Amino acid sequence: MDGLYIGLVLVPTLIGVLAAVSCALLGNFLVLRKQSLMGDAVSHVVLPGIVVAFILTGSVSVGPMLLGAAAAALISALLIELVRNLGKVESGAAMGVVFTALFALGILLLEQSDTRNVHFDVEHALYGNLESLVWLAGIDADSIFDRAALAGLPPQLGRLFVTLVVVIVFLFVFWRQLVVSTFDPVFAHSAGVPVRFIGAALISLVAIVAVMAFEAVGAIITIAMLICPAAAARLMTNRFIPQVVWSVVFAVVSAVVGFWAAGSGMELIGSGFSVSAAGMIATVSGLILAICAVAAPQRKGALDH
Amino acid sequence: MIDGATFVNALTFNAGYNTAIVATGAVLLGWAGGTVGTFLLLRRRSLVSDALSHATLPGIGIAFLVMAWMGGSGRFLPGLLLGAAISAMIGLASVEWLTRRTRLNADAAIGAVLSAFFGFGVVLLTVIQSLGIGRQAGIGSFLLGSTSGMLRNEAITLAGLAFGIALLVFLFRRQLTLICFDETFARTSGIDIRRTDLLLMLLVMAVTVTGLRIVGLILVVALLIIPPVAARFWTDQTNTMALVGGLIGGLSGFVGTALSASVPNFPAGPVIVLVAACLFVVSLLFAPARGVFYGLYRSRAFSRKVHRRQGLLAILRGEAIYDRDTIRVLRSERLIHADGTPTEAGLDAAENAAREEALWTIYLRDNPDAAYRAARMRLDPIAQRLTGSEIAELERQLNAPAGSLPAG
Repeated sequence: MDGLYIGLVLVPTLIGVLAAVSCALLGNFLVLRKQSLMGDAVSHVVLPGIVVAFILTGSVSVGPMLLGAAAAALISALLIELVRNLGKVESGAAMGVVFTALFALGILLLEQSDTRNVHFDVEHALYGNLESLVWLAGIDADSIFDRAALAGLPPQLGRLFVTLVVVIVFLFVFWRQLVVSTFDPVFAHSAGVPVRFIGAALISLVAIVAVMAFEAVGAIITIAMLICPAAAARLMTNRFIPQVVWSVVFAVVSAVVGFWAAGSGMELIGSGFSVSAAGMIATVSGLILAICAVAAPQRKGALDH
Repeated sequence: MIDGATFVNALTFNAGYNTAIVATGAVLLGWAGGTVGTFLLLRRRSLVSDALSHATLPGIGIAFLVMAWMGGSGRFLPGLLLGAAISAMIGLASVEWLTRRTRLNADAAIGAVLSAFFGFGVVLLTVIQSLGIGRQAGIGSFLLGSTSGMLRNEAITLAGLAFGIALLVFLFRRQLTLICFDETFARTSGIDIRRTDLLLMLLVMAVTVTGLRIVGLILVVALLIIPPVAARFWTDQTNTMALVGGLIGGLSGFVGTALSASVPNFPAGPVIVLVAACLFVVSLLFAPARGVFYGLYRSRAFSRKVHRRQGLLAILRGEAIYDRDTIRVLRSERLIHADGTPTEAGLDAAENAAREEALWTIYLRDNPDAAYRAARMRLDPIAQRLTGSEIAELERQLNAPAGSLPAG
């Protein structure tokens, strides 16, 4: 194993895996609740939140960005409801109005504010820079136990790890309520489950994961991982827990294969290209879904057999 | 910040030939997006356009690579737009296939196609960048659009495309309207649903492709969604809605490009979208058909009529009025004195109200179908709602002895 392998490949891959798994876990609920596009919308409105936080504080520190993005996600959820109720249009159209308008506002603010001296631009927001999240101090296996070297780890690794833990804890604590309110909201309501609260908590958590993943790996991975692995897993099985397991497997495979294909894979076919790892991970997840749509055992659902 | 003279010049098409062409293109694009989007909204497929627009990116990348490989510049706009159109169609077909042939819902299919195609497009963009042939300005501008570096014949191409779309919508407006509302009726009147749907999707694709260069692929859906939703507040008629949607879209394109030309660091795409969003907010608040303020005004006016009528009937029965709102309404029209006793005018009005109530009761007995409409109508003076002969007939029945047969 090459000395730089850990720092240059394993660490960014691990960051990608953490982001992918966090998104995929929540994605299972979004897909079943027909709220997949909420992930899309939230990932878009995160941008103005972050930009406003940046303008107010003048720094790209995580705390204000997280607050700004969470506020933007909350405001957009309220606005979507407002437009849907007042305009009496389907939720998709209401979502479209709100997230495009807020995203446009974010772009405009970004262009107006002087962000050129910090590394923060639209393309970075879209496809992140996973390749740059390397651990240069990680020269060999021993540096895993070296405190000084560990301090050089990209901070995104720790943040995404905490994010994943938060997601898992949330799922453990609210598992029953989440499942019952997803499959049968009317029954859940009559059984005393706070259906609206659970729904709001789920969307808030999606927003938090979106911000964390957004900052590390860009918006594409977030959207792709919120939808593709869970959708593919849904075609594999009729039972929910196996579906969640499949989605995690698909997320990990997408992240690992995608990162590999973007770097080493390109060298293997003898081209000197360096391509976007985030884009490649999203592509792989799409391919997995395509394969499942053609060949997975439960692709047509239980009723059509 | 805003350069007033430039703004006025841009608005009056005097800020140079290229700005004028770009503005024309943006107005036509906004118009096309607003009208096509109206049918898309009524067909409940607004967000399909989001998948479509993101799916253009791989096509742009491949078209660029192919044209560069064949020795061209790679930046030839019609070639790039053709590539965009082809990959958008593949994306659309994938969404349709996923929703028809698998158990996935439309939202998951849209999201999956959107993110996977966009991801692949980004991979191709980075390939182009590392080849060193795709200067950022050429290819990156398709993400968020850019009017600054637009060539004259590019602008003319886009304006032509937008005009063609607007024309097609006008020609096929009847078919498009029918499939939005009554599929069965559309089918029995000989309209091919699948073909009309395909036409709608082709129009959406054409708007998307036209908008790529000006607004960019991430925001072009806004032109298909925001103006129609705004137009929804102004009218309940499809044709009017398409017209209003087109006007709002066109106005957004017009004001947006003018602002972008006169304010530094105001990229056209986001500014056009934000102008549309402002027009949306104005519609939401002030539109007469369904706007918030007009709705509040109408519900207040209705509740006032109810208080007036119930108060007058109470006066006639000689009952005391306790409800504060009722007292306030009657006082403001000088129908009662401060102590609650009716004025001269109040007594007249009360007798009139009782007579109208009686006439309405007969009217409803004869026309039970009209009950829903009459619930609101019966609070207005009867002479405003029914014709003189209808009222005369009702009066005849009211005054006729019980048990006599109605005339005719």
